[in-house]
Amino acid sequence: MRRCLAVLVIVLCSALAQGTAWARDRDELVIGVTQFPSTFHPSIDAMMAKSYILATTRRPFTTYDANWELVCLLCTTLPSLENGMAQLETTPDGKQGIAVTYAIQPQATWGDGTPVTTRDVLFTWEVGRHPETGVSNLELYRTIWKIEVKDDKTFTMHFDKLSFDYAGINDFLLLPAHLEESRFRASPRDYRNRTMFDAEPTNKGLHFGPYTITEVVAGSHVVLELNPTWWGKKPFFRRIVVRAIENTAALEANLLSGAIDMIAGEAGLALDQALAFEKRNGRDYRVLYKPSLVYEHMDVNLDNPVLADVRVRQALLYGLNRDALSSRLFEGRQPVAHGFVNPLDWVHAKDLPTYPFDPDRARALLDEAGWTDIRRGIRHNAGGEPLTVEIMTTAGNRTRELVEQVVQSDWRRIGVDARIRNQPARVLFGETVTRRSFPGTVMFAWMSAPENVPRTTLHSSHIPSPENSFSGQNYTGFRNAEADDLIERMETELDRDRRFEMWQRLQHIYADELPALPLYFRSDSYILPKWLEGLEPTGHQYPTTLWVENWRAAP
Amino acid sequence: MTRFLLQRLVQSAIVILVMSFVVYGLLGLMPGDPIDVMITADPNMTPADAARLREIYGLDRPILERYATWLGAALQGDFGFSRLRAQPVIDVLVPALGNTTILLGAAFALSLALGLAAGVTAAARPYSRLDYAINFAAFAGISIPPFWLALLLIIVFAVILGVLPAGGMGTVGSHGLWDSLSYLVLPVASLTIASVGAHTRYVRAAMIDTLRQDFIRTARAKGLSGRRVVLGHALRHAMIPVVTIAALDFGYVFSGAMITETIFAYPGMGRLIYDAVMGNDYNLALVALLFATALTLAGNLLADIAYVALDPRISFRSLER
Repeated sequence: MRRCLAVLVIVLCSALAQGTAWARDRDELVIGVTQFPSTFHPSIDAMMAKSYILATTRRPFTTYDANWELVCLLCTTLPSLENGMAQLETTPDGKQGIAVTYAIQPQATWGDGTPVTTRDVLFTWEVGRHPETGVSNLELYRTIWKIEVKDDKTFTMHFDKLSFDYAGINDFLLLPAHLEESRFRASPRDYRNRTMFDAEPTNKGLHFGPYTITEVVAGSHVVLELNPTWWGKKPFFRRIVVRAIENTAALEANLLSGAIDMIAGEAGLALDQALAFEKRNGRDYRVLYKPSLVYEHMDVNLDNPVLADVRVRQALLYGLNRDALSSRLFEGRQPVAHGFVNPLDWVHAKDLPTYPFDPDRARALLDEAGWTDIRRGIRHNAGGEPLTVEIMTTAGNRTRELVEQVVQSDWRRIGVDARIRNQPARVLFGETVTRRSFPGTVMFAWMSAPENVPRTTLHSSHIPSPENSFSGQNYTGFRNAEADDLIERMETELDRDRRFEMWQRLQHIYADELPALPLYFRSDSYILPKWLEGLEPTGHQYPTTLWVENWRAAP
Repeated sequence: MTRFLLQRLVQSAIVILVMSFVVYGLLGLMPGDPIDVMITADPNMTPADAARLREIYGLDRPILERYATWLGAALQGDFGFSRLRAQPVIDVLVPALGNTTILLGAAFALSLALGLAAGVTAAARPYSRLDYAINFAAFAGISIPPFWLALLLIIVFAVILGVLPAGGMGTVGSHGLWDSLSYLVLPVASLTIASVGAHTRYVRAAMIDTLRQDFIRTARAKGLSGRRVVLGHALRHAMIPVVTIAALDFGYVFSGAMITETIFAYPGMGRLIYDAVMGNDYNLALVALLFATALTLAGNLLADIAYVALDPRISFRSLER
C-alpha cells in the first residue's frame, strides 16, 4: 500500500512540477466540440463536427458567408446570367436547364503539391452520382447531366433544371482524383470502406485548405497544422487542435482549466448552458450569440381530427406565451418565430400574423370549434371527448423539455390537456417522426440555408408514406395546392422581386394554416477567449472555420 | 487441468455463439435503422436513395439472413466494418480496448489493493473507531455518484489548482510517459474511489467471518503473531469470495466505464459501445459486446483457477462436475 501511495504521490508531484504544461503558446488554438466525426470523407454522412474540421482543410466552390450572401471560395468569380458565366439552355430531353461555368482558383493545390484541376471535378461528379458509393445526397450530382472541361482550371456544369440558386454548388465537395480514383475504380461498392479519407486521414494530398490534418485519435482529438501549399491568406495559428468532449459540463470544466481555449458555437453548449456560463465566467470570456437558421417548432399531425381544425391550431398558438418563454428561458437571446423564415433572411415577410399571447382569443376559438364543455378545467366536445394533445420531443434535451413544460402549463390554462411523451432521439427521429406515428405534436428543429425553398417540408408530394419508403419531411401531412404551386414556381423564378412576392404569399399561407406551431429561432453560442479576434459566427450550416485564416490572437 | 480447460473453452464458445445471436437479434429489433436517421437529416433524400442505401448497407435483407452472413464472415476472421467510425471493426476495437485496459485495469488494481488493505485493517479491529472510520469512508465512496465525483475532481485539480489535465489522453505533441500518466490520474482516481468502498466492505465481511473460524483460533493457540494469523492464514481464506467479486468485475472492466470515459473524454470501450448501440452500428456494437462477454467468461475461468490455488479443498476435478 505504501508503494501504491508513493507512486500516486510521484505522479502528482510530476504533474505539479510540470506547472504550466497545459498553458500553450498563442500560436496554438484548442477548440472543444461535443462530437467526433464518424468519417472524414466529405460526401459520406453529413455531420456538423466533420464539416467544422474539414472546413479548415478544404474549401467548397461556393458557400454562404456570415451575411448570408453566396460567395466564391474555390472558384474565382460567382457565375451569373449577367456576367455571362451562366446561360440558359434546353437539355437534350427538352427540359429547361442552365449551363454554369466555374474557374478554379489558379493556385489551388492539394497538400502534396498536386494541382487542383478539372480532373478532380470530373472524379467527384462520378463518385457522387454512382449509385453504389453510399453518398447519401445524390440530388446535386443527379441534376448535373454533363460537365464540359474547358481546360485544367475551367469547366461548365450543365444542370437539367433551372433554379434561382443555380450558382451555388456548396455541397459539391472536391475529391482528390490522384489519390482516390484507383480505390474507387477497384470497387465502387467498397469505396466508402476503402477511402483514404478514413484509411489515411493525415495524407496531405487529401487537403487543400489552410490546414492539413496531422493527427487523428479516434474519439479524442484531431490536430491540424499549416498547409504549405495553401494559396490564400496565411493563418495566424500554427496549430489547431479540435478536441471532442461529449459531456457539456466536462467541456466547460476543460475550458475553465485551460485545457481548451474555446467552445465552438456549431457543436458546443446549448443556449441555456451558455447563458449560465456567461453569468459565472463572463468576465474572463467573450460569449457570442448568433440567431441562426435553426427553426424550433412543433409539427402538428394534421391527420389527427382534433388538430385538423385550423381554429384549434390557432388557439394553441394564441394560448402559448412565446414572448415570456423566450425572455424567461433564453433571456431574449432566441427570438420568437412567427414563421419558418428567419427575420435575417431577405425573403422574410414582415407583415405576418404573429399570434400574440391572448388566452381569451384562444378560448373563443376553442368554443367556436365546439370544445365548450369544461370539466375539471379540461374542455370536452359535444361527444364528451376531452381536448387532449400529445407533445413529443427528444428525451434528455433539457431545453426542449423545459419548453414543453411551459407549453403544457399555458395550454392547461385554456382548457387543453397536454400530455408529454418523450422518446430518445434515436427512436423519435428513427421511427416516430419519420413514419408520422406521433398522434399530436412533435417539437424539434429544422436547419436550413438562406432562402431555402421548403419543398421537402411543405410540398404535398413529400409526405412520408409506405409508398415512398417514408422519405420526405412533410411530417405534418400538409396539403395545400397553392403552396405546392408557389414552391414549384419559386424554385425556377430568377427575378428576385417576383420571387420575393411568392415567398411573402407562402409565408402567409403557413401563418394562416399553421401546419406547425412556430416557437423560436435557435441561437448558436460561441464561448471565446477574450484574445481571439476575427471569428465571425455565420448562423447557418456552413461553419465559421471556412474563414479560419482570419482568426488571430490579439497582440 | 487440461480437461477442465477444454471443457470450459467449449462451454465459452457455445455461450458466445448464443450471445452473438441474442445481441444481433436485439440490435435488429431496435426501432429505426441508420437510413431512417439519415432521411431525417437530409431533406433531399428520395425514396430511391433510401432504398439504394439500405441495399448497400444490407439492411433490406431479413435479420436471420444478415446474421448468417455476418457469422460466416466472422468465423473467417472478418468482423465487418464499423459504419460510425468508417474503419474495420477490429481496427476500432483494439485501440479502445487498449485504452480501457490501461484505465480500468489501473483503477481495478488500485481499488483491489486499497480495498484489501482497508478491509483487513477494519476486520482486524472490528467496531473500533478505525473500523467505523473505514466503513464511513467506504459508504461515502459507494454513495457518491460517479459523474459528480468526476466533475468534482476536475474542478478541484484541473480548474482550481490547475495541477492536472481535465481530460483526454495526452498533451498534443508530447508522447512522454509522465505526460500520459498525468492524464490518467483523475479518471483512475474517480473510478477507484467509486469502487474501493465495495471492495473494502467485501474484504472486511469475509475477514471477520474467517477470523471467527476454528483454524484461526488454533493458529492463535499455537502462539502465532496476530499479523501472521491475519495475513498468513485468514487473508488467504477470505480471498475466495473476493475473487468471485473480482471475477464478476472483470467483464465490467473491459466493457468500460461509460460515464467516466465520457466526462474525461477518454476514448475507451464504454463510450464505444454506447455510441455503437445508439448509432445503429450493428457490427461494432455486436463485436464489442461479444468481447465483453468473452472477457467476463475469461475472468470467471481465472477465478476458478484462483480458487484451486487459494483453497486446497478445491480441485480441478471437483470443478469439472
